[in-house]
Amino acid sequence: MNLIAAGGDIDPAQSVNWLLPPLSELIYGGIASVIIFALIYKFGGPAAKKGMADRTAKIQAELDGAAEALESARTEAEEIRRAAGDIASERARLFAEADEQAAALLSEGRERLAAEIADLEARAEAESAGLAGRMGDELRVEVSRISLSVVDQLITETLDDATQQALIEDFIQKVGAGS
Amino acid sequence: MSDARIEGYARALFEIARAEGNLDEVEDELFRFARSYESSDALRAALTDDMVPADRRQGIVESLLDGQATSTTMQLVSMVIGSGRGRDLPEIIDSLVARASASKDLAVAEVRTAVALSDDQVSRLKAALTNSSGHEVNLKVVIDPTVIGGVIATVGDSVIDGSVRTRLDQLKSRL
Repeated sequence: MNLIAAGGDIDPAQSVNWLLPPLSELIYGGIASVIIFALIYKFGGPAAKKGMADRTAKIQAELDGAAEALESARTEAEEIRRAAGDIASERARLFAEADEQAAALLSEGRERLAAEIADLEARAEAESAGLAGRMGDELRVEVSRISLSVVDQLITETLDDATQQALIEDFIQKVGAGS
Repeated sequence: MSDARIEGYARALFEIARAEGNLDEVEDELFRFARSYESSDALRAALTDDMVPADRRQGIVESLLDGQATSTTMQLVSMVIGSGRGRDLPEIIDSLVARASASKDLAVAEVRTAVALSDDQVSRLKAALTNSSGHEVNLKVVIDPTVIGGVIATVGDSVIDGSVRTRLDQLKSRL
């Protein structure tokens, strides 16, 4: 209070140094500052260290997580690339297999068709030959039947009374001659 | 019908015709009726139908033969039809003809032609068949259009075939 009161009463123009305080204040102030800093260091240092360590650990953890995420993303990307490769190779394999099956089917189909065509041709030829034979036989029978019918009709129509009498006389003569 | 029954009927008809004194005429009429009877399905069906009363069947016979044959022939056919033996009529008549011919020591000669023969042809054919068979024949002429032309003569078991029909059949079989 004295200091304040003294300060209040001091004339700045009467001071030792217009910039620096008096030496005693510097000493007291320095000691007090050292004490304060020591207390701060003693009691606040660990907490500050712990906070810095925690922050460091948190940042490290975040860095580790980021690295892990990066690694995971790389692994996943690699798997995707590998899967894409597998899909391409599988696609190629499937296409190749499909081509092979199609070629086999085509070949088998051609062979089967060729065999069926040959069989059909053979049967058609056999049936044609049989049919021609049957038709020929039927035609011959029909021609014979028609011919005989015509002959019957012609003979019946041409057998006039004179011819009838001639046939009867011929019969009588032959039977008589036979005796 | 059994042969004995047919023979029985034939003998009865023969005796009646002989008793009436017109055996040759009756025999000839019966023979011609039998051939007509054989060739007509409608007549055969009418005279053998058991559903038709006997007197009606006899009426059909009498209407057919009235004025066409002697009364003896008509009565004999009517009797056979009336007794329900219509199906056996041709066999009975054939047996009668055979019996009548045998009684005169004649062989029955059935001659089939497409057209009617003149008396002269019948006489010459009869002589020719007699000479050919070695027996006097009782010639029976049947007009049969299916013969077409020529003659088929049957004497006993012998057949002399000079018909156009048979020649055509032979031609058919060769074809």
